Order: sequence, then C-alpha cells, then structure tokens
Amino acid sequence: MNLAEGVQVVSFGVLSLMVLGTALGVVLLSNIVYSAFLLGGVFISISGIYILLNADFVAAAQILVYVGAVNVLILFAIMLVNKNEDFSELPRRWIRKAATGLVCVGLFALLSTMVLITPWAIAPQPEIPLANTIVTIGKHLFSDFLLPFEIASVLLLMAMVGAIILARRDFIPELPVEEPIATALTLPERPRELIKSEK
Amino acid sequence: MHLQLEYCLILAAALFCIGIYGLITSRNAVRVLMSIELLLNAVNLNLMGFSNFLDPVGIKGQVFAVFVITVAAAEAAVGLAIILAIYRNRDTIDMEQFNLLKW
Repeated sequence: MNLAEGVQVVSFGVLSLMVLGTALGVVLLSNIVYSAFLLGGVFISISGIYILLNADFVAAAQILVYVGAVNVLILFAIMLVNKNEDFSELPRRWIRKAATGLVCVGLFALLSTMVLITPWAIAPQPEIPLANTIVTIGKHLFSDFLLPFEIASVLLLMAMVGAIILARRDFIPELPVEEPIATALTLPERPRELIKSEK
Repeated sequence: MHLQLEYCLILAAALFCIGIYGLITSRNAVRVLMSIELLLNAVNLNLMGFSNFLDPVGIKGQVFAVFVITVAAAEAAVGLAIILAIYRNRDTIDMEQFNLLKW
C-alpha cells in the first residue's frame, strides 16, 4: 500500500471497530434478519482490512464468495425456515451464558498475552510491495499447492451433491392402490408406502 | 507508528471469541452457522497478517486463505441443507430441541 503510516493505522482502527461492532450485532441481536445483514457488514470490513494488508485478490474473493454467495445462502435459509417461534424459557440459562462469556473473555486474555509476549520473526518489508499478487498466487496454486487445489475441486463437487441430496424434498406420487399387473418389465422393488398399506 | 502484526492478531482473537460466544449461546440454528463463519473469518485474518508480516514475498498465507474460503463456502452449503432437513423433520430450529443423539 502506498498510504502514509498514520492513514493506515487510522483506517485499520476504523475497520476493526466496524468488524467488532457488526460481529457483536450478529451474535447479540434478537432478529435473525438483522444478524444476517450485519454479517455482510463483517465480511465487507474484513475485506477492507485485507486490502490494508496488501492482499487485493483475496479481498475481492472475500467479497465475491462471502457477501455474494454465503450471505445470500444464509438469507435464503432464513426465508425457507421462516418461523418466528418464541423459544421456551429454560431454567438457569443465564448461568450458561455467564459461564460462556467468562470462558470467552479468558480465552481472549490468554490469546492477547500470547500474542504480545511472543517475539515474532518479522520479515523486513520489501521496498516495493508485490505488484501483482494474482500472478504469485497462481504460481503457488499450480506448482507447490497443486494437489490441494485439485482436491478442493473434488470437495466442492461433493459439497454440491451432498447439499442437493440433503435439501431435496422426497416426493412420493400417489399411486393407484390396486395390484399392478406383473409383467416382465415390473421392477421387484416397491415404494415403502405401498408395502405398509398392504398389511 | 506502523501497522503491526500484533494489531491483526488481537483483532482476530477478539473476533474468534465473539464467534465462540455466539456458537455456544445462540438457540437459532441459522445463527450458529453465522457464528461458524465468524470463526473462519478470524482464522483467515490471522493467516493474512502472518502472510503480510512474516512472508511478504512468498505470500503463501494468501493461498491458505483462498483454500479456507473454499472450504467455508462448502461448509455453509452443506450446513444449511442439514438445517433445512432437520427443520422438516422436527418443525423447529431451536438448538435445545435437537436432542436426537441424547443418551
């Protein structure tokens, strides 16, 4: 990035405030639709941080994949399970919430102290930042990360087939009740409903 | 005053903790999936910080982040399909009532 140091720090601060605020909104708001839109805000501010970290390609991929695909998918799921149900009150639920909050704050304290006391082996920044990250990422993808790249394509195919099979609505047509005439072309298998009705 | 690695890591740690809090305490199943996305984004932020500050020439961390984004998209699709299937079976999306595996 060719920005001045102060501009970078200030924009990083603004973006991290946006990230934390929208993430808290996602978790704490009671309306699930607001949460879904705030999740889009989280993704967009994180892609801004990626741009500050000299990663233009991943920032674009973040917006395309997360805001364009995942967030829209979540909105569709909210529409499909369109149910405003009032969850039944559970006894001693606040104990669980308080314990979880305590564990999360403790985890954050642990991680921050670890981050602050570890001597990181910071590499010297090159004078000219990498001009074309897409070329470098492409070289990595087709040389030393070739096997994970190909496996990722198989994974996407598996996820697509699995999602279709899981979300498909099983449609059993209303068949006539009388005994079908057994011909040479009749299959030995029958739908489960017919067998149950014969008993 | 430079942009430092520690800022990125602390921001990612905070995002991760918020995600874990939402993952455990939320009762809407779709919100649980959103919290998982927050966790994956926190890890991605870590990877990008390390890629920029520890390996600014090779940028292997960005390649890792691209793979994490791929896996996250696949996970979201399958997870939402599972939630739809459970919703059709149990007619609820309350996480407290998904007790089919309780012994």
